[in-house]
This record gives sequence, C-alpha cells and structure tokens, in this order.
Amino acid sequence: MSDIILEMKNITKEFPGVKALDDVNLVVKRGTIHALVGENGAGKSTLMKVLSGIYPYGSYTGDILYNGEECRFTKIKDSEGKGIVIIHQELALIPYMTIGENMFLGNERGKAFAIDWGDTYAQADKYLKAVGLNESSTTLIKDIGVGKQQMVEIAKALSKHAKLLILDEPTSSLNESDSKALLDLLLKFKEEGMTSIIISHKLNEVSYVADDITVLRDGKTIETLHKSVDDISEDRIIRGMVGREISDRFPKRKDVKIGDVSMEVKDWTVYHPIYREKKVVDNVSIHVRRGEVLGISGLMGAGRTELAMSIFGRSYGSGISGELYINGEKVVLNSVKDAIKHKLAYVTEDRKGNGLILSNPIMTNTTLANLPGVSNRGIIDTDKEYGVAEEYRAKLNTKCTGVVQNVGNLSGGNQQKVLLAKWMFADPDILILDEPTRGIDVGAKYEIYCIINQLAAEGKSVIMISSELPEVLGMSDRIYVLNEGSVVGEFDGAEATQEKIMAAILKSSNK
Amino acid sequence: MSKKKIMDGVQKYTMILILVLVVAFFTWRTDGKLLLPQNITNIIAQNAYVFVLATGMLLCILTGGNIDLSVGSVVCFVGALGAVWLAKGMNMWLVVVLMLAVGLGIGAWQAFWIAFVRVPPFITTLSGMLVFRGLSNVVLKGRTQSVSHETFVRLFGGGANCYVPDFIGGPEAELNMLCLVVGGAAIVIYLAATFMSRAGRIRKGYDVEPIFQTLIKAVVISAVIVFFAYKLAQYKGLPTALIWVAIIIAIYTYITSKTTVGRHFYAVGGNEQATKLSGINTKKVYFIAYANMGLLAAFAGMLTIARMSSAQPTYGQNYEMDAIGSCFIGGASAYGGIGTVPGVIVGAVLMGVINIGMSIMGVDANYQKVVKGLVLLAAVIFDVVSKREKT
Repeated sequence: MSDIILEMKNITKEFPGVKALDDVNLVVKRGTIHALVGENGAGKSTLMKVLSGIYPYGSYTGDILYNGEECRFTKIKDSEGKGIVIIHQELALIPYMTIGENMFLGNERGKAFAIDWGDTYAQADKYLKAVGLNESSTTLIKDIGVGKQQMVEIAKALSKHAKLLILDEPTSSLNESDSKALLDLLLKFKEEGMTSIIISHKLNEVSYVADDITVLRDGKTIETLHKSVDDISEDRIIRGMVGREISDRFPKRKDVKIGDVSMEVKDWTVYHPIYREKKVVDNVSIHVRRGEVLGISGLMGAGRTELAMSIFGRSYGSGISGELYINGEKVVLNSVKDAIKHKLAYVTEDRKGNGLILSNPIMTNTTLANLPGVSNRGIIDTDKEYGVAEEYRAKLNTKCTGVVQNVGNLSGGNQQKVLLAKWMFADPDILILDEPTRGIDVGAKYEIYCIINQLAAEGKSVIMISSELPEVLGMSDRIYVLNEGSVVGEFDGAEATQEKIMAAILKSSNK
Repeated sequence: MSKKKIMDGVQKYTMILILVLVVAFFTWRTDGKLLLPQNITNIIAQNAYVFVLATGMLLCILTGGNIDLSVGSVVCFVGALGAVWLAKGMNMWLVVVLMLAVGLGIGAWQAFWIAFVRVPPFITTLSGMLVFRGLSNVVLKGRTQSVSHETFVRLFGGGANCYVPDFIGGPEAELNMLCLVVGGAAIVIYLAATFMSRAGRIRKGYDVEPIFQTLIKAVVISAVIVFFAYKLAQYKGLPTALIWVAIIIAIYTYITSKTTVGRHFYAVGGNEQATKLSGINTKKVYFIAYANMGLLAAFAGMLTIARMSSAQPTYGQNYEMDAIGSCFIGGASAYGGIGTVPGVIVGAVLMGVINIGMSIMGVDANYQKVVKGLVLLAAVIFDVVSKREKT
C-alpha cells in the first residue's frame, strides 16, 4: 500500500449563487494527523461533507481517491463502510439513551428483531476503554460532561472500524484539560496507525498535533505546510489564512460626525439558557456612539450573537447580570417590546429562522415590528401599510414583483433588505446588525454597506457583528474583538489589521 | 411566468372549484333535490354551529396548526348548563351572559395551560374533551333537558319556527320579500366596498388587480347572493341562525384582516421566533386563540340547544371534526400562518353540502363518517403537497 491514504483532486462544489469549493486539492498521508485551517466560510466543513458522502457523488465535481481507488459515495454509510468516519462539531448523541445505545445507534448488534444487548454493552465497554474513558456503557449520555461525550463520539467512530477519522472542531466546546486529553488520544491513535483529519480554529492545538497543515481560503487551497519542513508557527499559519488583498469593496462614509455615547453596557454576563452553569458572555463592557459604526469581530461561538440578543430585551440566555445605559440613563429591558420602545433594534443573523415570515408578503414583514405605526387603536390601515412597504422598497432598492410578493420567493440579498426595512421602520436609534451580509452576493453586499453608511450619517449608532474580517475592517470606526465570551481586544478602525485581530483571538484561546 | 400565474390562480380558487363540482355531483345524484329551497335553507340552519366553531378553530390553527379537540364537549356542557338554568326559570338574558362567561372561562382555563405552561394543545384539549363531556352528563344527570323558553329558542334560531318574520311582504306573500331586500342590500354593499377600495388604491398609485378579474369576481359573488336569497325566499325566509352566522363571520373577518391582533395570529403561525423578536407577546396570542375558542363554543352551544329545543349528554359529538375539517378544506395550513375566514366559510359550506347531500341520498350514517374523514385527510394532503412543491 502506498503511503497516501486519501487524495481529493480538483474538488469544486457550488451552491446556488456561491462557489463553496473551487478546485480544492488535498493529500493526506497514511498514519498522520492532517489539519485543515481557514476562516469561517473558507470551505473546510464543506470539503469534509463532500468526502463523507453527505454531499453525494454528482453534486460536486472532481475525484476522491481513497487507498488509490476512486470513490463515489452517495451516502454516509458508503464512506463509513470504507472506514472514513466523521465526527461533527455539534455532538450527535441522544441524551436519554445510554452510551452503549448511542454507540450502536443505526448499527445495532444482533438481529433487527432481537437486539443483542449483552454484545452491545460488552463491545461498548471495549471501545470506551480504547479511548481511555472510565465510564460504564450503561450510563445515560445526559449524565456525563461534554468532554466525555466527545470521547464517546470517538469511541463510536472506532466501533465503526474507522481507518480515517475526521474531527470537525472537536475541542470547540471543551475546556483546557479535556482538549489536551483528546489531542493526546489522537497522538496515541497515530502511533497505532490511524489517520486523522482535524479541523480547528485553535492554532496552538494544530501546531501541537498536526503533521501537515492545509490552509483553505474562500473555497480554495492556499498551501499545505509540513512539519519539520516548513515554518508552522501560528503567525505563519495566520498569514496563510487571511492573506488576501482588500480592494475597494467598501463605500466610504463622508464627514459623519461621531457624537456622544448612545449605549453603554457594563459588566454584562450571560449564562446558557439550558446549561445554566455555562457562561456564554463573560463580564463584557462596551459602548457605542452616535453616528458610529462599531464592528464586533470574533469566531463563531465567541458569544457575539448571545451578547446582542441578551441586550435586546433578554431574548437569549439566563442569569443575565450587568448594567445597560441608553443615552446615559440606566435602563432595564425585560422584553423585546421594551427594547423597541427604547429605540433599539436587533437584525438577526438568521433571517429565515428568526427574522422573516417567509410565507407572508413583503408588506406585512416590513411592518411587523412596528404595527402601531400603521394602525389606529388596533385597526390596521392597509393602505398606509402598503405605502410604507412601497417607500422602503424604493429606498432600499429591493427587487421584487411588488410588495405583496411573498418574502420566501426573494433572493437572499433582497430578503436581507426586507429585514433591514422592517427594523428601519421601527425607527431605532441603535441598530445591532448580526452578520448583515451573510450568504448574499457581492453586489447586494455593497448596497447593504451603503445602507449602513446612510444610517450612520443620520446619526444612528450601528453595531455590526461579522465573521468576515475584511468587512469589519472596511466598515468599522472602531472594533471590539470577542473570544470565548470576553472582549479580548479593542482597535481603532484605521489601525486594525487582520493579523492584529486574529492574533488577539488566538492569544486569548491559548490561555 | 404567465403559466405560473395561471397555476397560482387555479390554486387560489381550487376550493371554490371543488365546491362547485361537489354541488354538481350531489345535484345529479339527488335528482336536483339538493337545490330545493328547503335543503338550501338547511345547509345554513343545520350547520350554523359549524360556521361558528370553524371561525374560532381557524384562530387556533393559524397559531401553528394547533387544533382544539374539546369544542364538541364544551358545546354540550355549556348547552346543558343553559338548558338547566332556563328550566329553573332564570332570567333568559342572565342565562345568555352566564353561558358565554362559562365558555370564556373554560377557554381561558385551557388557554392558560397551553400559552403559559406550554402543555401541547392537543393534550390539553383532549383532556377538556373528556372533562366537559363527563360534566355534561353530571349536569344533565344523564337525561334530556327540554328547552321551552320561547324567546330563547326563537332568538337563537331553533325549533320549528326559526325564521325572521317578513315584515316587508307580510305573511301572505308568495316570496319572502325581506330575503330579497336583504340579498339586494348585501350586493350593493359588497359592490360599493369593492369598487371604492379599488378607486382609492388607484388614486394613491398602488397596484390593483386587473379590472376584468374584479368584475368577474363581483359578478360571481352577486350571482351567488341572488341565488341564495331567491331560494331562501321561496321557502320560509331568513333563518335566524343565518343572522348570527353572518354577524360572527363579519366580526372575525374584520379581526383577522384588519386588526393588529389578527395580524399577530398569522405572524405567530408563520414564524414564532421572528414574531417574538419583533416585540410581540406570543404567549398572549395563544391565550387569545384558545380563550376565544371557548367563547365561540359557548355560543355554538346556545345555537345547538335552541335548534334542538333540548340538551342531551350526547350533543356536540364530532363537532370538533366538522370545525377542523372546514378550516383545512377552506385552505388553512396544517403548519399555521395561512387561512382566511372567507376560506373557512367555503370549507364549512362544503362540509354542509356533503352532510346534507349524503343525507338526501340516504347514505348510511357510518359511511358518512368515512367520507368526511377521507375528505379531511385529502384536504390536508393537498395542503402539505402543494407546500412541498413550492420549496
């Protein structure tokens, strides 16, 4: 057998409107740990989904060679049959089942009408031992911690006779010691001949375990670095991840006067709504001024959305503590209604799930957050409503057949404009825009940037949460960097660079 | 594009097309008996409760395909209470108010668990279905209680003589003149409203539907009203139940299409999370839907005991199915967020036609249930499949 276990050649995968992968190549040597790194949306997870058959053969172009033979996986079972097992970022375990039941879910021991529980638990115990987990396989998943759950996932992968293990951000929800244990386990497997592919944002971990590092950016392979041949320091990797030219994709704001502080958050702490002991936002203090565009940068899961939503009328989280000042006055916003009354707006990152009613027309979506604005004592003036919708359609240049068209039939960019229109009509002074350009094309992005500039020029405060560093750098007057629930950096918009922001994030992750 | 538009148009009016086909089918199978004045009258008089309950059920369904299984039992329980109170000689108006209050109370009880404790509506109302059926038996002691209060019976459209007196043509007229006058007035009001709103939109420069479409709609609706009025006039005139049904429909059509409260129902059903993040109290929306359902069930209870001139522990059985069926047949979505009161009226009429048509044909009562059950399933399948094609 050759020493190359996997070769992915010229992989291209398109989604409607976006090229997620563009001629990507990946070569993985047998018995090594191969790291895939890149910013959010660089295509790492997509590439792994292609490999595991979640995106079936035919939905992408290019070849996959595994042990030298060409593979055409159409479902996960196909790739698992060959020993390629993927462990997803979100744990896929069922809380009210035992470890053993989870491990063999869909792959039950014994016959279809007579599950062999004895064999199930004996096998499960064997694999638990292999990952060094000292738990009985009859324990319920809900009773063990996240770190151990991740180990169960790995044991489950072993039970499928994995030869190539793919881990998508395995340590993102683990603490330091659990992460270390997991990485050491991977190194032990390596000694035993297992090949692993690990996707991670934590570059210190990558430097620790990886033999080879492939950098993806904007759906393209940038480079592959080899341990002991190339410099694989974190700085070197970061340069590969972010090293793109920033061209003039961002409209300039002309002479916008930045005024007084309009909103200030002090010592804001939020806990997870279900896992109430888990801190999601940790002692954050930020402020924003009138006419200012404030960027909030950070990786996915840094707590940015959670921070925004917990401020916005406590729509997220539990055990929220801290102080909130609007125009210098201390306020307590207990509901979204309160928040809207205090002229605060939150434009969600999830426009389909949390933002728009897709089965309703543009008109009713536009007025939903401010129905009193088009009604009199609870009676809606439909003519006025139509007028308002029409006004914002023209103002934001929303492309549609008319304001009675259902929002579900619009493109992503135009849906985003309707969502913005909805919140602009609520007449806020402070707008929190969460990933305002996610999943929309370049032209629509530019238009959204122009709207943001317009809002700032009107003296409103705009807080823009974004995972796209160029966007944050191109649009913000000032930038906060969040990581793991804390503010880990504050930069002036003119002085910030991608390297500085990434360094701030990574430095705090290493702690 | 134009083909898609035609398809959309066809889909929009599918239920009306189906209604026409079903009417044609039963007219053929009953040798035209379906369209006799007496049967036309019965479609409304016998099914008044369906219209009332379906209107309330629509609000529940709008919140997310949630249904209320308890309405049949609530109709029976409130009816039983009313009958007993009337028999004791209580003041009629007090009884009316008390019945409505009890209905609202029952609705609020269920609504509380559904809205604030998040008990699934299906379970909550299944419990109510048992509880209030049982209590009906208790109140009536398992017997029939006759309702002999004449004003009550007449007012709520029941008994043998349930028609509005023809004070225009007089009792001797061959055609009930009041019917024709009311029908004529309805057409005038409808046409005036349609064309005035159209003119208003044109004046403000808004989009309007093509004039021929408006005209066709106007002609068809006018023709239907004329037909109805004429048929009713040929029989005994305006059933009092029709007045009540018309009032309920008018109120709820207005609420659902013109008020912010009505808009909230559609928003919650369309996307609850987005609605919550728009500053709307979604719990209150659920509460109103189910509390209101109790109120309308009480009203349907009045119509029922008045029509039957009695209350029995078995009244109201399967009423929930009629109401739910009317909603889904009338185009309400099983996922919530879509459905209109006029649509539900079409659905209720369709249910009524099927009920009466099969009765005239002499179809066995058990088979009638089979047919109605399958019609309900077909309506929901249609909704689910047409949704899937869109996405």
